[in-house]
Amino acid sequence: MIADADIAIVGAGVMGLALAYNLASDPRGLGGKRIVVVDGHYLAWGASGRNGGGVRQQWSTEMNVRLMQESMDICAHFAKRMRINVWMRRGGYLFLARTQEAARRLERNVVVQNRCGLATEMIAPEEARALVPELAPDRTVAACYNPTDGIVFPWPFLWGYAHAAAKHGVAIHTSTPVTAIARPARDGAGFRITTPAGTFTAGRIVCAAGAWSPEVARLVGASLPNRPQRHEIMSTEALKPFLKPMVTVAETGLYVSQSLRGELVGGISMPAEDDGGEIGEVRLGSRLAFTTAMARALVELMPRLGHVKVVRQWAGPYDVSPDGDPIVGELPDVPGFHVVCGFRGHGFMMAPVVARHFAAALRGDPPHAFLSAWSPARFAAGRRTGGGEEMFIG
Amino acid sequence: MARKVILCRCEDVTQADVEHAVRLGYTDVEEVKRYTGFGTGPCQGKECLRGIVTAIAAAAGRDPGTLAPFTSRPPLVPTELAIFAGAAPEDDSRR
Repeated sequence: MIADADIAIVGAGVMGLALAYNLASDPRGLGGKRIVVVDGHYLAWGASGRNGGGVRQQWSTEMNVRLMQESMDICAHFAKRMRINVWMRRGGYLFLARTQEAARRLERNVVVQNRCGLATEMIAPEEARALVPELAPDRTVAACYNPTDGIVFPWPFLWGYAHAAAKHGVAIHTSTPVTAIARPARDGAGFRITTPAGTFTAGRIVCAAGAWSPEVARLVGASLPNRPQRHEIMSTEALKPFLKPMVTVAETGLYVSQSLRGELVGGISMPAEDDGGEIGEVRLGSRLAFTTAMARALVELMPRLGHVKVVRQWAGPYDVSPDGDPIVGELPDVPGFHVVCGFRGHGFMMAPVVARHFAAALRGDPPHAFLSAWSPARFAAGRRTGGGEEMFIG
Repeated sequence: MARKVILCRCEDVTQADVEHAVRLGYTDVEEVKRYTGFGTGPCQGKECLRGIVTAIAAAAGRDPGTLAPFTSRPPLVPTELAIFAGAAPEDDSRR
């Protein structure tokens, strides 16, 4: 049995749980509103449990830099506030450029970041090697480094939000797939949501199902333009702490960091054949092609790592919109049905701040600027924001 | 019963850790793996899965036969990066 809700959130990933927490914990209250979260799987099954845990403020548009500065601040206080260890370590993010073109892009972005008060610096290749002595003297022509970026262990973030949301009265139903959604029969009647655990009604629905959002939207007869893209990732045996920053290579999409558990965790861009095609099938198989590509790139980057053992690899979907920007807000054709998706592999780090402001907007507060920039209406209107963000990794 | 029973030696997960996870409502093997970290070390659950499943079943009052193991991930055994770096990538793009 699932109780009727004022707001039903589909998807118990970091976005859905953070949104539920922000809605329910607002000191001004939601006027006794009932919030339900449903998910077809267990916590951390989807991309929220499959990502590399990077949290960085180095972006290329002012809006994203400022959003991530705020998100970083939420992350920095998360453990204390939520009373859960999220294994956060702020060793910075080091971006390496191997071509002049990539170096100029980093330079441009550093100007934007400095304007926002971020201490990112362009540094020379030898300064990058001073930060990470294991780096090979390779083709790196320039680098940028911001010392206050960091990494977290994604799983405890979900439990932190879930436990806190539950404490504020949110009902979270895992292993409860939504199989059908009927639109309101008349104004004010609410959606009827069907699951194997029963049918319930909700005044509003927020779809926070990430790469699976198009499947959920299809249940109300809506079509979303985002498509899943498989990205793979690997973890090595645990090593003594040696790697301070997250290291990324602009041209290959390689990223690698050392978690507080000591493992190296990283991935690399693979050819676009990873796309699930027109139907948007989410593919999560692991492939040797990834392992070999990642191993080659990593050993080339840090030759001393050759004898380090890989213990596990897995895959997760990036959730990619046609213009690369997220999709957040009410669907123009389905009043009451909201989405928060399309974060292109970077939704985990953005969730704390996006959920905070999206929750405020759902309460009727003046909307944050991202809500107009990332509106689902832009696709219907043929207007693609393509906000100019170029710092996507992986 | 000894006070501290280690079930996963790679990650030092004890029987009490598993019972705590079950009390919080995490009764699926995948959930307990994530909540306790069991099976994420060098053996990838090959030594401890059986003992953990038995402990989950006992704590949750379930038949161990109804608990599915977690998804096993490549590689089969911990393997050096240099070996992968020297391997010819096979065409497994259809997976």
